[in-house]
Amino acid sequence: MAETTWATPYRAILASRVRAQRAYRTGFALDLTSSLLIGVTELAEIWIIFHNVQVLGGLDFHAILLLFGLSNLAFSSADLLVGHLDTLPTYIRAGTVDAFYVRPLPLLAQLMTSEISLRRMTRIVVALVALGFGLSLNDIDWGPATVAMLLVAAVFGTAIFAGLFTCAAALQFFLVNGSELTNSFTYGGAYASSQPAAVFPAPLKLVFGYLVPVAFTAYLPTLAILGLPGPAGLPTWLAWLTPLAAAWVWGLAALLWRWGTRHYQGGGG
Amino acid sequence: MRATAEVWGRLVAAGFRRQSSYRLAMLAGLATNVVFGFIRASVLFAAIDSAGGSLAGYDKGTASAYVWLSQGLIGAVTLTGIADIGDRIRTGDVAVDFTRPVDLQTWHLAEDLGRAAYSLIPRGIPSVLVGALTVGLALPTAALPYAMGLLSIALGVTISFYCRYAVNVLGFWLLDTRGVRTFYAVTSSFLAGLYVPVGLFPDWLHAVAAATPFPSILQSPVDVISGHVAGADAWRALTLQVFWVAVTCVAGRALTTAGRTKLVVQGG
Repeated sequence: MAETTWATPYRAILASRVRAQRAYRTGFALDLTSSLLIGVTELAEIWIIFHNVQVLGGLDFHAILLLFGLSNLAFSSADLLVGHLDTLPTYIRAGTVDAFYVRPLPLLAQLMTSEISLRRMTRIVVALVALGFGLSLNDIDWGPATVAMLLVAAVFGTAIFAGLFTCAAALQFFLVNGSELTNSFTYGGAYASSQPAAVFPAPLKLVFGYLVPVAFTAYLPTLAILGLPGPAGLPTWLAWLTPLAAAWVWGLAALLWRWGTRHYQGGGG
Repeated sequence: MRATAEVWGRLVAAGFRRQSSYRLAMLAGLATNVVFGFIRASVLFAAIDSAGGSLAGYDKGTASAYVWLSQGLIGAVTLTGIADIGDRIRTGDVAVDFTRPVDLQTWHLAEDLGRAAYSLIPRGIPSVLVGALTVGLALPTAALPYAMGLLSIALGVTISFYCRYAVNVLGFWLLDTRGVRTFYAVTSSFLAGLYVPVGLFPDWLHAVAAATPFPSILQSPVDVISGHVAGADAWRALTLQVFWVAVTCVAGRALTTAGRTKLVVQGG
């Protein structure tokens, strides 16, 4: 028998989700199309702005394609992995969380494997296409540092968004029915990450640069890859501290999650 | 006639009251409006700077009014697909609704108008205030744009409701309407001018948007209140809204009539 790791339940659930979601073909196809459309309209919004102007926040359209690709790759990968954590309030209300507690896997691991929405994969496709164009249209000085920066952005950018989703879920233990409140930070953060942070006034630069550090997922790496200077308060070299930003978010997530699970009193019944 | 008006009034009041019990949801909606408002305003301001101070007729004051008014109205006009009617069709509860003395579409419209009216208080007004206090808004000083604006909001909410109703009624054929609702939410918000004003669209995309009811849901009310369109243009916008009210209402009714014959109710 194969060794049981944390990934075993993940694989089993993934396989069952593939089967379940393919059972209703029309619905699944529509889901995939809608998800693709979300990515496409987001890109279209940026394209419309550049239909009117040449430069936005110091970046031209080709640079923005790179930014958009990196930001969406990180967000949609995190969304695919842990985005369904936002079903936690439903589980809390239904008392399903109690059942999770008696099983021999950590609660967070069980929640992460509770559902995988395959429809979220089409957004990754949009991200990869934008990233591909971004990397080929820009004049990039390719070297080990560029490749390393891309990897750092993809891996730790995903970690930052996954950590933010976890923070949002942890707060649901306190705010049952409040998932929309925390969504404003997860989805708002995702939206902010796809914009050049130079456009933000100083307070927003602080929020999205350091507190909810989504500028690390795409904007700073884009500056580093293209060799562009950062705006005041966000120097380009910060891009190399992306793992540190991810550690900050995950530290926060761990803390909130501990508080949340201790606060949880059971669903009753 | 008096009885009908009374039923209407009660349904609107019920929608208003029901919405008022979702306090946390309202706070959440407001938080989302404000976060997205700040980001959208920053992006539009940067674009206006980059274009040399004016962009498709918007300067910073009017762009700010556009962003914060649309953020304030988004809760009322609701471009996402609310699912209650679709859920009632899926479960078969709609069969009971058909036996009521009030028309299905009209009954839900009344409730939705009440819901929209309430959401303007905890979400609409604070959003506009946040914008006014942080970045400043250029708004008209005369009373007429506001009076026309209120009418335009009511028409926008009505069109939005009739569209959502039509999407939900597709449940007679589809059972699961989630995919269609997402599809609707994405297309309608984009073409309604939620993220980028329709005025900034390139010509061909502008023509596509103009062929749909969506700009009449959000862009028109915002344009009318903010004075971005005024005088004869404002009246033209309102007339176009009335046209879309009629079209979307008839489409929803036709779908309901066709769908009723598909309805299969289990049990006795």
